[in-house]
Amino acid sequence: MLAYIIRRVLYAFPIIMGVNLLTTVLFFYVNTPDDMARKILGEKNITQEAIENWKRDRGYDLPVFINTEEKGLAMITQTIFFQKSLPLLWFDFGRSDRNNIDIGREIQKRMWPSLSISLPMFIIGIMANLTFAMLIAFYRGTYLDIWGVVLCVIMMSISTLFYIIGGQYLLGKVLKLFPISGYDTGIYSIKFIILPVIIGVISTMGVGIRFYRTVFLEEINKDYIRTASAKGLSETRVLFKHALKNAMIPVLTNVVVSIPFLFYGSLIMEAFFAIPGLGSFTIDAIQAQDFAIVRSMVYLGSILYIVGLILTDISYTLVDPRIRLE
Amino acid sequence: MPEPVIEVRDLRTYFRTPGGIARAVDGVSFSINEGETFSLVGESGCGKSVTALSVIQLVPVPAGFIAGGEVLLRGRDIVHLSELEKRRIRGNKISMIFQEPMTSLNPVFTIGNQIIETIRLHQKKSTREAKTIAIEMLRRVGLPEPESMYYEYPHRLSGGQRQRVMIAIALACRPDLLIADEPTTALDVTIQKQILSLIRDLKREMRTAVLLITHNLALVYRNAERVGVMYAGKIVEMAPTRILFRNPMHPYTVKLMHSIPGMDKRGKPLDTIKGTVPPATMFPEGCRFSGRCPVEMEGCSRAEPPLIEYERDHLVACHLYDRGFMDRPVSRPITTGGESAPMRWTPSVKEEILLEVKGLRCYYPIRKGLFKRIVGYVKAVDGVDLTIKKGSILALVGESGCGKTTTGKAILRLIEPKGGRIVFKGRDITSLSEGELKPYRACMQIIFQDPYSSLNPRMMVGEIIEEGLKTLRPEMDRKERQEKVLSVMERVGLSGDMLKRYPHEFSGGQRQRIGIARALAVDPEFIVCDEAVSALDVSVQAQILNLLKSIQKDSGISFLFITHDLSVVEYIADEVCVMYKGKIVERGGVEKIFSSPEDEYTRTLLEAVPRID
Amino acid sequence: MPVVLSTDLIVYFLVLLIIYCAFAVRKEGYLSIAWHQIRTNKLAMVSMFILFLYIGVALLDSIRWRDVVLDSEGRVMHKEDGSVIYSPQALSLLDRLLHDMRVNTEKTFSAPLATHLYVKETIELPDGTRIRDYPPLKYPGTHLLGTDKVGNDVLFSAIKGIRTGIVIGTGTTIIIIPFAILFGVLAGFYGGVVDDIIQYIYTTLSSIPSVLLIVAFMLIFGERGYQGGLITEEDIFFKIFVPNDRLFWLCVIMGITSWTDLCRLLRGETLKLREMDYVQAARAFGVSSLRIIYRHIVPNVMHIVLITFVLQFSGLVLAEAILSYIGIGVGPEMGSWGNMINTARLELSREPIVWWNLFAAFIFMFGLVLPANIFGDAVRDALDPRLRVR
Repeated sequence: MLAYIIRRVLYAFPIIMGVNLLTTVLFFYVNTPDDMARKILGEKNITQEAIENWKRDRGYDLPVFINTEEKGLAMITQTIFFQKSLPLLWFDFGRSDRNNIDIGREIQKRMWPSLSISLPMFIIGIMANLTFAMLIAFYRGTYLDIWGVVLCVIMMSISTLFYIIGGQYLLGKVLKLFPISGYDTGIYSIKFIILPVIIGVISTMGVGIRFYRTVFLEEINKDYIRTASAKGLSETRVLFKHALKNAMIPVLTNVVVSIPFLFYGSLIMEAFFAIPGLGSFTIDAIQAQDFAIVRSMVYLGSILYIVGLILTDISYTLVDPRIRLE
Repeated sequence: MPEPVIEVRDLRTYFRTPGGIARAVDGVSFSINEGETFSLVGESGCGKSVTALSVIQLVPVPAGFIAGGEVLLRGRDIVHLSELEKRRIRGNKISMIFQEPMTSLNPVFTIGNQIIETIRLHQKKSTREAKTIAIEMLRRVGLPEPESMYYEYPHRLSGGQRQRVMIAIALACRPDLLIADEPTTALDVTIQKQILSLIRDLKREMRTAVLLITHNLALVYRNAERVGVMYAGKIVEMAPTRILFRNPMHPYTVKLMHSIPGMDKRGKPLDTIKGTVPPATMFPEGCRFSGRCPVEMEGCSRAEPPLIEYERDHLVACHLYDRGFMDRPVSRPITTGGESAPMRWTPSVKEEILLEVKGLRCYYPIRKGLFKRIVGYVKAVDGVDLTIKKGSILALVGESGCGKTTTGKAILRLIEPKGGRIVFKGRDITSLSEGELKPYRACMQIIFQDPYSSLNPRMMVGEIIEEGLKTLRPEMDRKERQEKVLSVMERVGLSGDMLKRYPHEFSGGQRQRIGIARALAVDPEFIVCDEAVSALDVSVQAQILNLLKSIQKDSGISFLFITHDLSVVEYIADEVCVMYKGKIVERGGVEKIFSSPEDEYTRTLLEAVPRID
Repeated sequence: MPVVLSTDLIVYFLVLLIIYCAFAVRKEGYLSIAWHQIRTNKLAMVSMFILFLYIGVALLDSIRWRDVVLDSEGRVMHKEDGSVIYSPQALSLLDRLLHDMRVNTEKTFSAPLATHLYVKETIELPDGTRIRDYPPLKYPGTHLLGTDKVGNDVLFSAIKGIRTGIVIGTGTTIIIIPFAILFGVLAGFYGGVVDDIIQYIYTTLSSIPSVLLIVAFMLIFGERGYQGGLITEEDIFFKIFVPNDRLFWLCVIMGITSWTDLCRLLRGETLKLREMDYVQAARAFGVSSLRIIYRHIVPNVMHIVLITFVLQFSGLVLAEAILSYIGIGVGPEMGSWGNMINTARLELSREPIVWWNLFAAFIFMFGLVLPANIFGDAVRDALDPRLRVR
């Protein structure tokens, strides 16, 4: 197990390097620091001197990959790629291009509002989806099943945007149950959290229920279920004891990988509900074309993804006795 | 006369399918007494498994339903009980074990958990008492160290051990009836014998009635007191085992018995049944065997024969035994004339050596640790020597995992051997490059076990057979290839109009013929048959065996016949090599090995094979 | 003068693909079996009909040409070098068919089928008095779904969104299919180092949050291309071809982000197929690896490709709306439901609310995505019996 985790972490390095390489190529080659400076400084007739100053302030005046002016190791270290990628390894994200804010501190501050929305959404969402999926799997072949699936297909055919707009309008504006958007600190944030959570859960239900239903029905057709029925177990017991634990295996693949991303927030939800989380941080950065922030978020995302993959593998060992991590 | 434990009366189980109502079980009646084993035997699709599921009231819903009839458990009809009452019977009064021990146990619960679940469900026992019973059951089914076995997960057990666990679960509540649906089909023959004798012992001890479902007639002969032969959803003949085997009456039973390969039939073609089993949605109106029956009469396709007791305890459903029918003009026989006169084969084996394998080794690396270093090898094939004479059939027998398939594929260089030499017609081909190997590819071909995965479903039959010619005979033009394809199709008994059809339109037997035609197309001198008849029903198997034998006789092709089925070996092979754990333990002529085996393992293997005396 | 956008090519290709499939199902083979099964499903057939309607509109909207510019006397205008001057507006066949709907604009909002504007204005009556009232429309009763803030017909905007939806839904997959097949099959078939490299590439790509990858890519590539609306001379190559289309880049990058799933599926399937007996049989004939891939592997993974194609469709249409909403999707002048929602959202807070914009976008999107989901399910059930669940 330990050897496995060590190997996975070692394997993560080339991937992280690949991600950095890709972002560096995208942000510094295809889109040169000069382009960046022009966009950020904004003015049309900006002097080359101002651009050079801007670049020097941010360390973008170095060559991208190989510095031919330096010698030895410095050929590689005195480059944008090295200077901007290496600190990321110890989560030093540097400062943003536009307002010169400390990205790392901003991330630490903003991940909690993100978590306060995505965690309840995640937990309630899984529970609701599993419950409904089991319900319609239990009544498979009946009208409840047929209409349940129809409803799921209809629900998954509606854009998230409509769920949000409709939810805000109906629950927020017409019924005035919750504030439409906004956020507050501490305990007061709850009233702002409820609406996005409700909408978030409902908008994923179509896809979620249908997926879990398929997983359950697949398990129900397995041989061991027939054995369990031949023992005289009730259908509820067959479903809830025998099928559920086996169905958890494919469910985990889907679910665990997204757990680290709970910190990461959701772009759309946070933008609509004005939650000061990482999602809106990213969206603001996108709209301001602040590549330092976008790059940091890409890096953070890759790390979380890799952590998610490792967590997925570990979680398998908890439900499936056949899997031993070697 | 004792009251039967279970009595099935005129059971009908139908399935709704897109093609209409499938009458999988259509009027089946039988009864089983205490301590008796009754066996339902028949080929795939005859309805024997559905009968079993109907008895335990587990017909798959919503497609399947019991359309009529009664299942009386100690005189009480259970078909019309409520689901709750049916559950009290399942696992308690009637229990069942299935064919696939590898998938029939829930992988995420311990063995003990799965046994006590049944006990706790049907008996008022505390967990501790249930555990005591469970461990006792584990001991009774012969599992080593039952106390620690109790905490094991199924994946740690072998197939045979898992089937023992299944039996422990099934018998934990001492049921009145045990249904065993092909309990040993997925197991090796030595394990099969152990499992069957375990069932026999426990049955005797617990006075349980047993319903044994199988396709293997020899197994029935050894293990059942009474037999019902099923064909197309009906029982066509039912009798005590000894009587049935001494005096089979129904033409289907007779044909079935004659198509079993064995030592006594060497040198003669096996008896075959023409045509195929009709699908359950469109059974013939009259006798269901009409159209395939060798002694069919004019009235057979119109009137359905009832199951009548012709002799004491011997029931048969055939107009031949119906005096009323035979007295009428409808009993004029239909002359089919298709049956060719039996011919005798004489061995055409020459002493010339075609293929010689020396010290063949195939290893698979075992990787472990942080950097996945190779820490050892699985020695799948570990120093195998084989010699195949021109025009002969060498059988390579062994149980699953002994390395026989790997050997066959390594000889064809489909798997790269790690060591040893393969000498074909005097030339060492072990280390030839793929280009240098090309001339030899035409000489050495292979036929596979599974008729479904051996043909590319996206290619037409003509293209499949033509493929080898395209690569190996580039000098042939389209027309020549076409002619060659048609000629091999005719050789294997396929008609030319099948050329432009896709594999899924064919039955298993026909697909196997296509596979044979594909191999024959390039005029090989040597063919590896990798379990080529193991997946087929016995009547189809007989057709394919006859075909292979006649190919050997006509064209002098040598065969390496890889199989686990010893009755096939003794029928078809000239020489035998017995393989065990990657090594050949014994070799010799068929008669010698089967009459006086020297090796310990060979003897165990031979003793385990059920036989009909 | 005809104009062809790179995304028009996608629509043409899609139409050719449909025609090819229509011919392929006539032959005997797995497609025809699948087709017979789909045909028994009435709902799927209705869905297919609706999808064809959408695709037909998209096709009409993808055949476009520029008119010559006429001077006030109706003569063709020429440049100094004598070449004809063409209008920068490349109107599609659809634009021309729906000419009235396109040009009959109002001043601002009007409700569906209304005769008067939705907002009060100060109107000067003939007698000189000024009152505040709802002024009458220029084309009363013709706007089936009303007009938007700048007076454009909402129904027309919604119809214009169809092409974008279809292009995103199909183009994305069409662009990535060759790469997914190539890499997936190679990785699965050869294993070893090839597999390691390909797996590394797709793990790396999928580890990047897809929205951010799209953002980065679109900020860099999308900014410079044709954004919809007027066509400048720099956009045009070889007189008629506009390769640098923002929508095309959107397809490419969304393809890159969804590529990994298909690639992984194909790799897994190839791993299975590689061990199939018929592949072994081909190897026993000495058939070369490339030919085995071409004859035995690729035809047997095509059903997965087809299933992915139809199943991804709806997700991509939905994703486009979200991306356009964030402002990294199609250009603001390109008709798109995402853009419509984006502008309509703010209008919900008006009193009384303007709902028809949102309603139109909703109905048109739902009308595409729902049949796509239903048809996709039917195709999957017909092509892959293992995935079927009773």
